[in-house]
Amino acid sequence: MSAPSRKPPHLLWRWCAIGAAVVLLALAFAFVGGWLTPHRLTPQRIVDALQANGGVHPGFRRNHAKGVCVAGYFEGNGAASPYSRSLVFAAGRTPVVGRFALPGGNPYAPDGSVPIRSFALRFALANGQQWRTGMNSMPVFPVSTPQAFYEQLQAGRPDPATGKPDPARLKTFFGAHPEAGPFLAWIKTAKPSASYATESYSGLDAFYFVDAKGERHAVRWQVVPEAKDAAPGPAGDTDYLANDLHTRLATGPQRWHLMVTLGAPGDPTNDATKVWPDDRTTIDAGTLVIESEQPQESGPCRDINYDPTVLPDGIEISDDPLLAARSAAYASSYLRRTSEEAHLPGAARADTSKQEHP
Amino acid sequence: MTAPQAFHPLARLLHWTMAVLILAMLFVGVGMVTTVSEKHQWLLALHRPLGAAIFVLALIRIGVRLRFKPPALPADMPALVQFVAHASHWVLYALMLAMPLIGWAMLSAGGYPIMLGHAWHLPPIAPANGVLFAWLREAHRYVAYLFFLTILGHMGAALYHALIRRDEVFPSMTFWPKGHGVKTEAPPDIAADESEIMTDTRQPPAA
Repeated sequence: MSAPSRKPPHLLWRWCAIGAAVVLLALAFAFVGGWLTPHRLTPQRIVDALQANGGVHPGFRRNHAKGVCVAGYFEGNGAASPYSRSLVFAAGRTPVVGRFALPGGNPYAPDGSVPIRSFALRFALANGQQWRTGMNSMPVFPVSTPQAFYEQLQAGRPDPATGKPDPARLKTFFGAHPEAGPFLAWIKTAKPSASYATESYSGLDAFYFVDAKGERHAVRWQVVPEAKDAAPGPAGDTDYLANDLHTRLATGPQRWHLMVTLGAPGDPTNDATKVWPDDRTTIDAGTLVIESEQPQESGPCRDINYDPTVLPDGIEISDDPLLAARSAAYASSYLRRTSEEAHLPGAARADTSKQEHP
Repeated sequence: MTAPQAFHPLARLLHWTMAVLILAMLFVGVGMVTTVSEKHQWLLALHRPLGAAIFVLALIRIGVRLRFKPPALPADMPALVQFVAHASHWVLYALMLAMPLIGWAMLSAGGYPIMLGHAWHLPPIAPANGVLFAWLREAHRYVAYLFFLTILGHMGAALYHALIRRDEVFPSMTFWPKGHGVKTEAPPDIAADESEIMTDTRQPPAA
């Protein structure tokens, strides 16, 4: 039937067509994978910028590197259930693995070096779903887009000569980013706190709650502490936060209330630099109870990527462009640090001469 | 002559459906890990259920392949080339099963919930362990590259059969077996063409 010895017409063109099909498909793949567009902002480039500022510390998170694991539970009271059908808001307990941390990529940063603290939580729902959130002790984020965040990281890169960011570069950056105004106003008066337990932590980005009927409600959330003895951190001590937490948990669990603010129509959901007006309805959705702490090198939070887009049924991401970038960059950081733990080929190795891992 | 002339229609349907799905999956995968745009979220949400679907379809496909004998390769193809052709098909089947399984195990090791939709999720198939996650995550990447290269080779070989050899291999996987020049019920012009070749080369057709 077949006659392979028969030479088809236009043989050269036929070979060209085959080659072109293969090469075009390969090029399309390379384009989508970013190999042909090295200037595109990728999660890897954001993490590279974090690394350039905070240094490479194998095994540690590339941001919020210094921290401590905590565990406890969330006791829902049903108050948020009319707005979200998630099981987590029904009356009852959901186990939580959390992490307190300082922003920045340096796991040895002094606690008083920055007035911001962060609190990440993973709720493990009884139905197998999870809710992860990464919150910060500031009311707003400095910028509203991944590109601006990347430029902020570049502007804040420490000068090799002084070890500190160049104030002129930062000034230029913030001059070009008026949306950072509310953040700059807050940080001007913010003091590094003496305790993780006396801080409020805000989810910053907006989300949607989805109720039983499928209707969406724009929300933001915050955890507000029961402890009222907030004080500035002691001078001279660089690791007081861990000691304070240890002391407090020895006397009993620490509690926060999960306050959910309902957005009104027109409130921005895509801009983490703006707070919503004060008069918005806020619901106390339940109590977060932290009972124990563990070192981050061995505790249960170590292998958790607190990706804020890991959400249970009943909570959805909003149109905030920071959310996708956080998800993508956290995944990149998570792969780097776990690859370092696994000693994969090409992963950064700890400099054992410096004894970074005691 | 026990071997059929073409693949079973169900095998052809599965082949082309999965060709689209697998190529889409590879592009979704390589795209979603290199973007910080909002696309990241919906690509990620698409990637997991699509992977699960490909896994199920691959199982069905292997069943169909074992149940219905595929057509034999042309007898004049060298034994080594025939071996490579058969081996590459089984490599492709193995990759269709391995990629979803590695992805599933990788998410399990990372402690992630394996959500296929808003509420639907799969149970973990590996212990939560960061070191295991890193190995599986990198395996997922490099096996995907291997998969893509194998597909490029497969596509190039199929086009070689279709355009250069013009034998029955390519039509055996399409839905329009006539008109590619070399089928039994060839139109008169092609039959004339072939008889002309026969006189020219003084060679009988291979089969």
